[in-house]
Amino acid sequence: MNHGKPFAIVLAAALLATAPLFLNAYQVDVLNSIGLYGLLALGLNLILGEAGLFNMGHAAFYAVGAYTAAMLNTRYQIPILWTLPLSGLAAGLFALAVARPVVHLRGDYLLIVTIGVGEIVRIALVNDIFGMTGGANGIFGISRPQLFGIVIRRPQEFFYLIWGCVALTIVLFLRLKQSRFGRALNYLREDEVAAEGSGINTAYYKLAAFGLGAAWAGMTGALFAAKMTIISPESFNFWESVVLFMIVILGGAGNIAGVLLAAFLVIGLPELFREFASARMLVFGLVMIVMMVFRPQGLLPAGGRRFSLATLARGHG
Amino acid sequence: MMEAPPIVSGQPNTVSIPLLVIQELTKTFGGLTAVNAVSFAVEKGSVVGLIGPNGAGKTTVFNLITGNYRPDRGRIEFGGTPLAGLRTHRIIALGIARTFQNIRLFQRLTVLENVLAGCHYRMRGGILAAMLRLPSQRREENDGMGRALKELEFVGLRQQALALAKNLAYGDQRRLEIARALATQPRLLVLDEPAGGMNEQETEALIGLIARIRERGITILLIEHDMRLVMRACEKLVVLENGGKIAEGAPEQVRRDPKVIEAYLGADDEA
Repeated sequence: MNHGKPFAIVLAAALLATAPLFLNAYQVDVLNSIGLYGLLALGLNLILGEAGLFNMGHAAFYAVGAYTAAMLNTRYQIPILWTLPLSGLAAGLFALAVARPVVHLRGDYLLIVTIGVGEIVRIALVNDIFGMTGGANGIFGISRPQLFGIVIRRPQEFFYLIWGCVALTIVLFLRLKQSRFGRALNYLREDEVAAEGSGINTAYYKLAAFGLGAAWAGMTGALFAAKMTIISPESFNFWESVVLFMIVILGGAGNIAGVLLAAFLVIGLPELFREFASARMLVFGLVMIVMMVFRPQGLLPAGGRRFSLATLARGHG
Repeated sequence: MMEAPPIVSGQPNTVSIPLLVIQELTKTFGGLTAVNAVSFAVEKGSVVGLIGPNGAGKTTVFNLITGNYRPDRGRIEFGGTPLAGLRTHRIIALGIARTFQNIRLFQRLTVLENVLAGCHYRMRGGILAAMLRLPSQRREENDGMGRALKELEFVGLRQQALALAKNLAYGDQRRLEIARALATQPRLLVLDEPAGGMNEQETEALIGLIARIRERGITILLIEHDMRLVMRACEKLVVLENGGKIAEGAPEQVRRDPKVIEAYLGADDEA
């Protein structure tokens, strides 16, 4: 096994945890942005990376979560962090409802359908659906989150909230990956016919992947609403879905570390090169082309090996 | 070519309780009748071979049994339960397991993970149990792992447990598919050309493996082109041609059947 890998991960985590001490507010805010995209991409990774279902409408689930949180907070004065599970639930149920009739579609067809779903949600929000979403202006006046009596306001405070959620997500998703559920998603991705033929209810796991990935997007939406205090349909356009799709593929579909690394590169690098704003997208496009030609499996491809020989010997010698 | 003794000839008196009964099974694709009113039974504990020239409809029969296709007409009963309309994973749960003609492994996963797929439906742990690492979930994972390793041991792939499936030799990939199927703890194992692409040595080992699977009390239905294997491993043959059944009976009897010789064996004087 690679001994450099755990060390690199510990170092990266330590560096990140202390980052707010030596970065300015703007830089920390970029990190917060990366954290939110990381959360979204980790959710999408379940759908796209682990289960191999082409979803290019992830922003729709993000939007459902953000608007659920915003409406619950502004209309019913529910503290924004309490809306987190409800936002996740709303986005998850929404995903189940839209995925149910289309999830049997093959890769490219599913991709087109999910693009459609993303656009429908955005347009519905712009048109002030049910008179509750505030149209193109969105919803404002979302209250600041409070945790243990501390009002979270500054980027440094949000940093620990957001990256705490990222850390928790990593732990939960790593456990999921090592389980019957996580394996089922992989069987689905590798060969659906063989999966069904091995006794796996493929229809159920496709929906479960969508539901869980979307629930994570929904909770991230609530965090986003809390951070911005104002949300509008613009934040959930098609480009967001494309960027998330890119992060997962670029990072190495199915690899948590790879996906987070890609979130850093895709969201962070453009911030570093702000002065070349006009050339940014050109470089970005070129990098994507080069990556797909020379390293289609992503920066850190998912490894098949998840059991150590030692564990096997100990358990079943 | 019959110098080796048939391995099943000494057991003519197995009580013939049919485990799988197929009646008047018919399936058409567009204008083509792939399977036409085929009936036969697979007796409990037996090894039955489904043979016939290419395009005779053998694999279609398999796909009908495992629910990959819906029959247009006819019945399939497994242990008294009609299989019509059941989704494949439900049929697997009833106790039928299969392998595929063109090997379908989870290529980028490990050998062990491939076999764990077969253990899947007997396990219960869901999302929450996995996220919370409940003790019951860990125990279940451990048990599944143990069962998967046992099946790998059984087919002789224990040493390769952590290799990626795509890196296995061809014959090993076939055996891995069998291990994955056995991990579902089936009553009936359906093998689609298990010796396909195997050399003589590997085929010999496969015949031994089939005998050992049978010793576990698992009934076997197989499609095979290798006549040596069919003659030695099966106690009953069902012959298909152009979607219809043209003969059924003991291998010795079937290979003397004029219709079979004309349709199939006649073109292949090796048998």
